[in-house]
Amino acid sequence: MNYFPEEVLEHILDFVTSNKERNAVSLVCKTWYKVERESRYRVFIGNCYATNPERLIARFPRVKSLTLKGKPHFADFNLVPHDWGGFVDPWIKTLARACPGFEELRLKRMVVSDEILELLSKSFVNFKSLVLVSCDGFSTDGLAAIAANCRYLRELDLQENEVDDRSGHWLSCFPESCTSLVSLNFACLKGEINLSVLERLVARNPNLRSLRLNRAVPVETLQKIITKAHRLVDLGTGSFIHDPKSETYQKLKNAMSKCESIRSLSGFLDVAPHCLTAVYPICPHLTSLNLSYAPGINSNELIKLIRHCRKLQRLWILDCVGDKGLGIVAATCKELEELRVFPSDPFGPGNAAVTEEGLVAISVGCHKLHSLLYFCQQMTNAALITIAKNCPNFIRFRLCILDPAKPDPDTMDPLDEGFGAIVQSCKRLRRLSISGLLSDKVFLYIGTYAEQLEMLSIAFAGESDKAMLYVLNGCKKLRKLEIRDCPFGNMALLADVGKYETMRSLWMSSCEVTLQGCKTLARLMPKLNVEIINENDLWDEIPADDDRKKVEKMYLYRTLVGPRQDAPGFVWTL
Amino acid sequence: MEEPSKKEELCPNLLDLIPKDIECVFNIDGDKQRSHGSSDEKKLELRLSPPGDDHRWSTIHNPKIQRDESLPSLWYHYSTTQSNFSNQHQQKQQPPPPKFSFLQYQKGPAVAMESSQPCSRRMVDLRNAEKKAFAINPANNTAAANSSQKRAAAAAPPVVGWPPIRSFRKNIASSCSLGKSSLGPQCTITSEIANGKPGKNLRKGLLVKINMEAVPIGRKIDLNAYDNYERLSAAIDELFRGLLAAQRDSSAGGNKEKPEEKTVITGLCDGSGEYTLVYEDHEGDRMLVGDVPWHMFVPNVKRLRVLKTSKLFTLNLDVVKVRSRVGLYDPLKIFSVGGLLTGDVSLFQKILAALITGAIAITIANPTDLVKV
Repeated sequence: MNYFPEEVLEHILDFVTSNKERNAVSLVCKTWYKVERESRYRVFIGNCYATNPERLIARFPRVKSLTLKGKPHFADFNLVPHDWGGFVDPWIKTLARACPGFEELRLKRMVVSDEILELLSKSFVNFKSLVLVSCDGFSTDGLAAIAANCRYLRELDLQENEVDDRSGHWLSCFPESCTSLVSLNFACLKGEINLSVLERLVARNPNLRSLRLNRAVPVETLQKIITKAHRLVDLGTGSFIHDPKSETYQKLKNAMSKCESIRSLSGFLDVAPHCLTAVYPICPHLTSLNLSYAPGINSNELIKLIRHCRKLQRLWILDCVGDKGLGIVAATCKELEELRVFPSDPFGPGNAAVTEEGLVAISVGCHKLHSLLYFCQQMTNAALITIAKNCPNFIRFRLCILDPAKPDPDTMDPLDEGFGAIVQSCKRLRRLSISGLLSDKVFLYIGTYAEQLEMLSIAFAGESDKAMLYVLNGCKKLRKLEIRDCPFGNMALLADVGKYETMRSLWMSSCEVTLQGCKTLARLMPKLNVEIINENDLWDEIPADDDRKKVEKMYLYRTLVGPRQDAPGFVWTL
Repeated sequence: MEEPSKKEELCPNLLDLIPKDIECVFNIDGDKQRSHGSSDEKKLELRLSPPGDDHRWSTIHNPKIQRDESLPSLWYHYSTTQSNFSNQHQQKQQPPPPKFSFLQYQKGPAVAMESSQPCSRRMVDLRNAEKKAFAINPANNTAAANSSQKRAAAAAPPVVGWPPIRSFRKNIASSCSLGKSSLGPQCTITSEIANGKPGKNLRKGLLVKINMEAVPIGRKIDLNAYDNYERLSAAIDELFRGLLAAQRDSSAGGNKEKPEEKTVITGLCDGSGEYTLVYEDHEGDRMLVGDVPWHMFVPNVKRLRVLKTSKLFTLNLDVVKVRSRVGLYDPLKIFSVGGLLTGDVSLFQKILAALITGAIAITIANPTDLVKV
């Protein structure tokens, strides 16, 4: 090709939307690299410390949408100290300077402040979409700034954040001219909301498709909102307690029966069992149902509800539903693709709420299941083998047996064979979390069969370093590995240091790795940041004589920009 | 039961004698022969790696081992429960080597159930692990197994970050399970911290000293074992109930006629009881417990005190006096020197500063004493 106009190329590349494919395109030649980088609008950065904002702008000057992830996954379970890092400030400040046309920001596990939210709202005229997942550090004042200043705001989605709720007035900050809202989710806010303001907001935003309310919104308001929002597809209820004999209930039921569009239902932050009957009219259309915030509903009520939901594709539920309830789910929801069963009493004595029987029943009934998160009291090898045979389509398989290192109760064997069957049968498995009593064998299976595996979470498993080596040598596509409380030491860590540059990150806590091992690794691989998190000791510099001391928490990740500058005192980058 | 008990006595001494670099072999003699055709002698080998290594434990087990009471004395407590297992699981193999190098967190039931032997921590963990392996058998449904399992599960303090669910889900679960009991104001606190900051204070065992008025001996309490004020109150009540009763007995002249009469200490956190809980934070201030959400309270606590509610305010006034004295001394000292602190301040100036601060403190504190502000 002697002459190929760049405009044509650009037009063609517009059709390439996946970032992975665009990355491949940019490797072809310098022209293609240049055209691609100037036409890339959506950028995904899986680890905010792997690069820095300046490099982002240098490579993709026209970025309009940025997705950033900060803290490691185990931060969700309180294993990472609160002020470890993940500050979004430098990113927003650089973008404010360089990209006035910036439109969309998605953050996960990052620290956001009110000042940054205000800067965000004032710097980008066209700002359309803010999605914050598991973030913290901000308050409703920041939300007020966003509401007030972003004239074309379409999406404000706050999922499971810790927000300092100072007052409900932020909702009033949406100007009367704001009519472009498509998605509003404030379920994680704990405080009061001005209900009339909410109703007016919903009334003047006819395009609203996703609305998730918080606990402060009562049923009366919910009923009014449903009648006004005609295009609602995703509804998250607030407080859902009402008297079945009251007028409100009747009105609600009427509103629900007229509502043809709702496909996804969540919320139920406060609910009593008898209240669920109001949603029966919309159940037949539902494809997604999230009842996982609603404790106190017993199995029978849940079963009655689920019997109405024949088209369900995604179900998040508490284990109160029991094995029997899961059997009903299997019989009713043949289209089920994603199932999450959360524990209702994680620290209580072993009330066998769900066991392996429930999951086996699900696998028999729901052949389309590809995504699973299951907390149970026990699991057997036989059950896992059956499940593997019935559902070979798993992409995400996360099994958590509440009792760490618990063996198969029938044979007292480790669960190696069961998980081995899963990885062998599910060729497309990308994410796996294992639990229960496990020896090195399961890691051999994982290394041998799990070729597409990208993320692996291990806890209280393995017997020797060989286990970790099987995984590191075997899983070629591994990106994230997180290990806690396993007997893996320096030998496993240092056996294949080059592997870590092909991965996004590695987390090891409460293992047998010593400071000596970490220092060696850091010395061998300068392009990795090896961080030691030592909450109990606040030393200014790493002591030189204590190298055989075991490292409590180690987090390493590949990076282009060297050690980060915002690490707090208890984090040492070697 | 003679032989097992003898072995049990031998156990601590035997372990002390074991040098670290030999292979230990515990011979299990079948004293209660309920063999089912398998070999009498079972071997469980424990290898302690030499120092300088990673102290990895590995256990080699004879795959033909069956679980019955003919087990080493370490596990002799389970001999009665084992009889049920062995009767029903004849062909079952012994549980594979348990993972105990990291089961250090689970201390609860083992300490309660076993006699306290001065074994090393790893041996205790080994016991814990075996206990877990044996206690876990829900399919068995024997009363002994169930009760031991329930006790084990109920008594074991939760491991940090396990099970892997987010904080707000844990609080949903706990509010569900505690929903029946009257939580009252504490319930709102729990729900408020449902989305509380994670990770800030969940260190392993935050032990703080706690003293009670009129009780000379203090206790230590682990704040991380509780997640709201209600549970903390209950725990403090348990800690001090006995001591307080003993104190009253001794002060009343050793009157031991009613040993059962122990007053319950309630209302520690909401000011309604006879006693009130205060804490000292890192800045040295005494604060009333219960004002801030739990997750903000825990990292700021240096020590706890249980005081009589009636005496709360007089205590504060003394504190005012002391604080104003101590607080004013240094500034005055510097002021009298004239802002230059080259070397040591002269004794005369120090005395002068002290006298002036004392006078000021008394001027402030005495009238407030009268007014009972």
